Amino acid sequence: MSDQRAAGSVEAVFREDRGRLLALLAARLGDLDLAEEVTSDAIETALHRWPVDGVPDKPLAWLLTTARRKAIDRIRRDRLHTQRLAELHLDSQRPTPTTTPDGFDDIPDERLQLFFTCCHPALPPDAQTALTLRFLAGLTTPEVARAFLVPTPTMAQRIVRAKRKIRSARIPFRVPATDELPARLPGVLRVIYLVYTEGHTASYGHDLQRPDLADEAIRLARILHRLLPRQREVTGLLALLLLTDARRNARTDPAGNQILLEEQNRTHWDPDLITEGQHLVIPALTGPGVGPYAVQAAIAALHDEATGIDTTDWPQIVALYDVLHQIEPSPLVALNRAVAIAMRDGPQAGLTLLDDLTDQLPGYHLLPAARADLLRRLGRTTEAAAAYRTALDLAGNTTERATIQRRLTELTDP
Amino acid sequence: MKYLLLIHTPAPELAGELAPGEPTPDQFMAYEKAVTDAGVRLDSNALDLTNATTLHVRANGDRVITDGPYAETREIVGGYYLIDVPDLDAALDWAARCPGARHGTIEVRTIWGPGQA
Repeated sequence: MSDQRAAGSVEAVFREDRGRLLALLAARLGDLDLAEEVTSDAIETALHRWPVDGVPDKPLAWLLTTARRKAIDRIRRDRLHTQRLAELHLDSQRPTPTTTPDGFDDIPDERLQLFFTCCHPALPPDAQTALTLRFLAGLTTPEVARAFLVPTPTMAQRIVRAKRKIRSARIPFRVPATDELPARLPGVLRVIYLVYTEGHTASYGHDLQRPDLADEAIRLARILHRLLPRQREVTGLLALLLLTDARRNARTDPAGNQILLEEQNRTHWDPDLITEGQHLVIPALTGPGVGPYAVQAAIAALHDEATGIDTTDWPQIVALYDVLHQIEPSPLVALNRAVAIAMRDGPQAGLTLLDDLTDQLPGYHLLPAARADLLRRLGRTTEAAAAYRTALDLAGNTTERATIQRRLTELTDP
Repeated sequence: MKYLLLIHTPAPELAGELAPGEPTPDQFMAYEKAVTDAGVRLDSNALDLTNATTLHVRANGDRVITDGPYAETREIVGGYYLIDVPDLDAALDWAARCPGARHGTIEVRTIWGPGQA
């Protein structure tokens, strides 16, 4: 076996199953640091051994056994962990995972436990997001830092503190029981959704979109959906992300300028993602007690099905926003609902609703931007220009600012 | 794993009457029995709410002694449970059952040990 092929196999196992290996070890060891160290150790050993000895029949099982041995060595060096050592010895007595006929190692997938550990409500929200990206999406600490525009040492500190709390407060690696899921699952979904929204429209920086983050969020949502196929909000979230992401390539021109929904070339939307999303929306919406992600996915599906802004089913979209606003009466939902009502009933109807929201969304640039659009359509040019200027002051993303600036220029200098 | 459940209650009014929503002694006795019967209670006590004294030693060694918790504090520690359970979720379950959780908040802490940062 050539070095290259062996290295390629390690890389494949690493990419496919690093998360599973890490989750499994973290659950057994109760310690993310140690799990990460021995995962890296095992992979490094594989890189040395496999080119010489050949790739084992069960690469993942081999890595797991190696990592487990490394953990025992490390713990043995640390006398404080005798209890954990005893547990691990017990664990190593268990039978080696078998290989199923299709060649996949029959090793339990403990990533679901890791999701709930990383998103435990006892951890601060920013740490939940960071841990999820670090340990489930497999991003490095500098990558996570870049994702949230904080210096690497700051992010490293945040992750260290969170890992320390998991260990010292003994936050369990466990999947909540069915009766606890309604309270705990929304936190996990929110983290994935937050990662996606930052990828969809970056809060700062030059680029409108951050495809790396959007891709990671979708990858995480897919894993979660595979692990919890019957949780309708998980299905709803995956559907929402796919149906929204289908428009990714139409949202910017080759120079990176933003193209608004009404101007997008709909033939550039991804038909495969739309079809996949549509198939998921149906089970997510079916049955009583529909959740907010499923409703948002249904709205996204209606946009994706329309041939243009004029042929969009606005009455249906408004009806769905009414449902969403009942489940989740947030000012952000109210803003989107007002915009949809303006599309159905005309700009004045939307404007009246938006004016009621001014106090509730301070500092959010899309509120004055939406007001400005409606004022422009009503011919109230001076007020529209003032609203665009307010939006311009608040927007943090350079590309979004350029779009607002363009609208302002068109208005004042036609 | 030992967890200390610190029961923070709203600072008492001068009148000393039961505020609306304040747990009754019966509720606390029922909880005391449950946590004892489960075999997880190591220690517990209610604290006298009316005679707190706060001490701070300045860098120069001067003692600053004040009446009660800091003046701005609207919640004070009214009691505690020390329990022994396997993990944080189990500790949170016991904290949630404590009558004090509905009236005030419960702070869940572990005991610091050597080797911990």
